[in-house]
Amino acid sequence: MLDQLIHQLVVPILYILAIVLPLVLAVAMFVYWERKVLGWMHVRMGPNKIGPFGVLQAFADVVKLLIKEVILPTKANRFLYYMAPMIALVPALAVWAVVPFSSSMVLSNANAGVLYLLAMTSMGVYGIIIAGWASNSRYALLGAMRSAAQVISYELAMGLCLVCVLVLAGSLNLTEIVNAQAGSKGILDWFWLPLLPVFVIYFISGVAETNRAPFDVAEGESEIVAGFHVEYSGSAFALFFLAEYASMILVSFLAAILFMGGWLSPFPASWGFIGQGGFPWLLLKAFLFSFMFLWFRATFPRYRYDQIMRLGWKVFIPIAIAWVFVAGLMKYYGLVSIGTGA
Amino acid sequence: MNPQLLQVICFYAFGFVTVAAALSVITLKNSVHAVLALVLTFFSAACLWLLLEAEFLALALIVVYVGAVMVLFLFVVMMLDIDQEKMREGFVKFLPIGLFVAAIMLAEMLGLIGVRAMQAHVMGADPAVAAGVSNTAWLGRALYTSFLLPFEIAALILTVGIVAAVALTLRERRDARYESASQQVKADPNRRVRIVKMAAVRPDESTETQEPQP
Repeated sequence: MLDQLIHQLVVPILYILAIVLPLVLAVAMFVYWERKVLGWMHVRMGPNKIGPFGVLQAFADVVKLLIKEVILPTKANRFLYYMAPMIALVPALAVWAVVPFSSSMVLSNANAGVLYLLAMTSMGVYGIIIAGWASNSRYALLGAMRSAAQVISYELAMGLCLVCVLVLAGSLNLTEIVNAQAGSKGILDWFWLPLLPVFVIYFISGVAETNRAPFDVAEGESEIVAGFHVEYSGSAFALFFLAEYASMILVSFLAAILFMGGWLSPFPASWGFIGQGGFPWLLLKAFLFSFMFLWFRATFPRYRYDQIMRLGWKVFIPIAIAWVFVAGLMKYYGLVSIGTGA
Repeated sequence: MNPQLLQVICFYAFGFVTVAAALSVITLKNSVHAVLALVLTFFSAACLWLLLEAEFLALALIVVYVGAVMVLFLFVVMMLDIDQEKMREGFVKFLPIGLFVAAIMLAEMLGLIGVRAMQAHVMGADPAVAAGVSNTAWLGRALYTSFLLPFEIAALILTVGIVAAVALTLRERRDARYESASQQVKADPNRRVRIVKMAAVRPDESTETQEPQP
């Protein structure tokens, strides 16, 4: 009985902690890295006071947020106001259950992994909408409306991109999707090459899904102050922050897993040490993608709302639909070789 | 713990949440709360389907209804300016009609359950498990082989529905101003800004203007 209890309850909880704690730590360091990169791109220093090179800045910010007061606006809906940050955070963390970190490192090797992923990411928008409505603020409601419309629009394009990957891989299981990209040619075997337009659309849609610059009209400091979280302070705001950055890291990992071969090495297996796959490769790829989030933010001005809708509905979705057929034809005529994994 | 027992406990827990959430959809005063209760109903129904190992249907329910349809629904309800007191005014007046409709629906459902129970046959084993493939793979194979024609007809009807909905609600406004995105992209910087190059000049000593003395 005790043995069973340990096996069914304690071990999974330890696994979950082994994913969530590094994730929270990664979010903290990512925030520091973002401020540093933005600083360099603006020819500034970035944070440099707390700890060596300012690395402890993120932790100082966390402590500051946690000891601040959480203010409830007048006539706000008390229950939903406090629920919203949790509703935003839970799907952002739950989605990591199916993300494979290497060929054997995955919490739940679910067969319907990609569907689970879509289901969880589509629920994150509730946190934003409820926050916007419950704060009883016009700015917050406007931000929530913009965010909801944007997330729903780009989810369609993102879903169609995933369909292309599924057609080629022939599986909904994320581990099998990575294994399908294995082959003797290394980087040329990965799905980014046959699915190049879709790969670009996926990543841009991911940026839009997470409400990041240049698609951050949901926050739009210059027009609606800070959008849906304008009334939040202290730890409630910290939870929104955590959810947003966890989703950014997730999109980076997914871009690496679905299109860039996950933990596979970009070099042929015959090259010895660097030809072997492993977790460091996935980390490196995800790091490059997450760096692009920051690069976009420092480079591009914010899109106008109607431009965002036009890009999503009139450009991305038609291209993605067309590429579903192209992917089907590639699969039918055997133009893409599918690996079976080691 | 016995896995079968755990499954039964989970079933009753999810079932209880589903029924409680469905009840609160019609009893909650605040319409936004009611919509959120409906979201919870869908979510717990999806959990029940997951217990049945119908993973595709469960996750599709969450993606389609929870993730998209209910978001738009919530959107609309939040925009409505509803006076909560007025909503409850006609409660007594409409109660007999409501009870009448409820009674008819109850009778119809009981009749349906009775007819189904009379013709009941024992369900076979889960075909996906029997075929040794995942639920999603089996469903996909069935839909695209044995049931291809009904599937395509359903898809066609849905497409017609979308086109009809757009056609009904699309009102083209003549007085609205739009900017053509393709024209904006094609804008040529040379036609907007002229960069003038000129040699640097030193202000002449003799014509130097006198600073006004304060």
